[in-house]
Amino acid sequence: MGLKSNLHNFREKNKDKKWLPAFSAIHTFLFLPNETTHNGTHIKAADDLKRTMNTVILAMIPCLLFGMYNAGYQHHLAFGEIQQATGGFFSSEFWTLDNFMVGFWKVIPLVIVSYGVGLAIEIFFAMKNKHEVEEGYLVTGMLVPLIVPIDTPLWMLAVAVAFGVVIGKEVFGGTGMNILNPALTIRAFLFFAYPTWMSGDKVWVQGAVERDQMIAAGENLDAVSGETILGSLAQGKDFVYDVWDMFYGLIPGSVGETSVLLILLAGLFLIFTKIGSWRIMLSSVIGALVMGLIFNGVVSSGWISESSKFYSLMNTEFWHHLLIGGFAFGTVFMATDPVTASQTNKGKWIYGFLVGFISIMIRVFNPAYPEGVMLAILLMNVFAPTIDHYVVQGNVKKRMKRLKVKTA
Amino acid sequence: MGLLSKKDAALIKDPLADNNPITIQVLGICSALAITAELEASIVMSISVLFVLGVGNVVISLMRNIIPSKIRIIVQLIVVATLVIIVDLVLKAFAYELSKTLSVFVGLIITNCIIMGRFEAFALGNGPWRSFLDGIGNALGYAVILIIVGFFRELLGSGTLLGIPVLGDPIEKTGLYAFGYENNGFMLLSPMALIVVGIIIWVQRTRNKDLVED
Repeated sequence: MGLKSNLHNFREKNKDKKWLPAFSAIHTFLFLPNETTHNGTHIKAADDLKRTMNTVILAMIPCLLFGMYNAGYQHHLAFGEIQQATGGFFSSEFWTLDNFMVGFWKVIPLVIVSYGVGLAIEIFFAMKNKHEVEEGYLVTGMLVPLIVPIDTPLWMLAVAVAFGVVIGKEVFGGTGMNILNPALTIRAFLFFAYPTWMSGDKVWVQGAVERDQMIAAGENLDAVSGETILGSLAQGKDFVYDVWDMFYGLIPGSVGETSVLLILLAGLFLIFTKIGSWRIMLSSVIGALVMGLIFNGVVSSGWISESSKFYSLMNTEFWHHLLIGGFAFGTVFMATDPVTASQTNKGKWIYGFLVGFISIMIRVFNPAYPEGVMLAILLMNVFAPTIDHYVVQGNVKKRMKRLKVKTA
Repeated sequence: MGLLSKKDAALIKDPLADNNPITIQVLGICSALAITAELEASIVMSISVLFVLGVGNVVISLMRNIIPSKIRIIVQLIVVATLVIIVDLVLKAFAYELSKTLSVFVGLIITNCIIMGRFEAFALGNGPWRSFLDGIGNALGYAVILIIVGFFRELLGSGTLLGIPVLGDPIEKTGLYAFGYENNGFMLLSPMALIVVGIIIWVQRTRNKDLVED
């Protein structure tokens, strides 16, 4: 008798206890459950819900690790402690232990708070409603630390996670029933509740806010700041990063969203393992490019004056939009969420296209919300069932017609 | 209650909880969203509705036998409009700042579904005394929700209650703010009012399963 079957027996013995769902949650998190179906037809599939979730988490790990290095790098750079890494992504000046440790000590608490609060709420609802704890939070819990600024206070994250899980998911019936992507609900809550911590030029560099407080307290220090590219553009300012910086991700931004290279690899991995929908990813890239081209066209046709506040964002080369902000991350990890996206193949094309299209539109026209991707995906989450409905109805109509022709 | 018979008392008590106009009938949501960012505005709005609905119900009830049913909606509108103008003028005269905060929403009491709903459903078919009680009861039910929502939105959104800071000073960093607490700006936006009302509905229906619709 190994530990695994001991635990299983323990579970059988305590079947009626109130805390059992909490135990099973941890049990099935660590081990494959021992249960088998006893009657009916059996279909053996390797990818259950947990496998799916784990694959996505696996795809996010490189982004998380890179986010730690980058957080340290941006911190040291802004504080003038190191020079810009000349070799960029491939230079050893970037991948230093010093950089990593700064990020590590900031990101790990975010991960712990996100998982701790989220799973506690999931377990509470599972015990209350007497069902098994679902694995739905595994991905959300990892997404959340990747899409917030590095200096987000932990209690804010905890409040937002509680709100996101309860209002975004549990009220609709838990995992698989939610209308909105929970991770984005959490981020949107943070964004609207505590805007000073979610945008501006301080929050993206670890320690910048603290430094400001020290200056305010009368210490003689230089203020540090690091504006994101979108933030600079929205204010009509120039930024210092070149295209390769954007692609490799050596720029300020939310923890895991900066490196387009790693997100691209993760996207390919998800497509290869058939977890993420390539239709959504591709169509949202197309949507973003189309919107970007329209704006570029508006600029080159001279319809908009250079003094307009939209000018510098509209004038951004259309394909740069794919590299800056959270577009890549949102497209690969959030727009493809199988619960909240469209289910039909044709629907996925429409859904993805509109996600990309609206992202860039919000980005350009509403500099108060520098990240359009979050709002675009949430908006399209709401419309996904409608899109599916019309796709299915269209198919029904087409087939009805065919039927009539045959019988007539 | 010695003053009221059991049946009459129910007219006041029912709308407070199990037949609440906002959480059960889901009427009058617009104003609940619009003016509950501050507790003071919620209270003034509640009093205004209390006056309009209480008096309006009596007036309609007194006229119920002479109103031709074809034009009853117009007659009802005239009664509400008259009462609302009185409220509006009183507010402008005695609480100008507040009337500016409430802006059009005082005027929009005219379109508050609760009022027209009570006229139609109750005052047209009952005597003045019972109509008065019904109006007061429903307005109180409306007020309870408005005040709960206003309380939480102002407390969490601005850290004040009735304009008085209760959680410390956010600029001087005293009280709770010294520990890094910050006001929740989302609470001041209308969607949050909807969510707070939703949570009240959730709690209410969890406690009383009879209220759950299929």
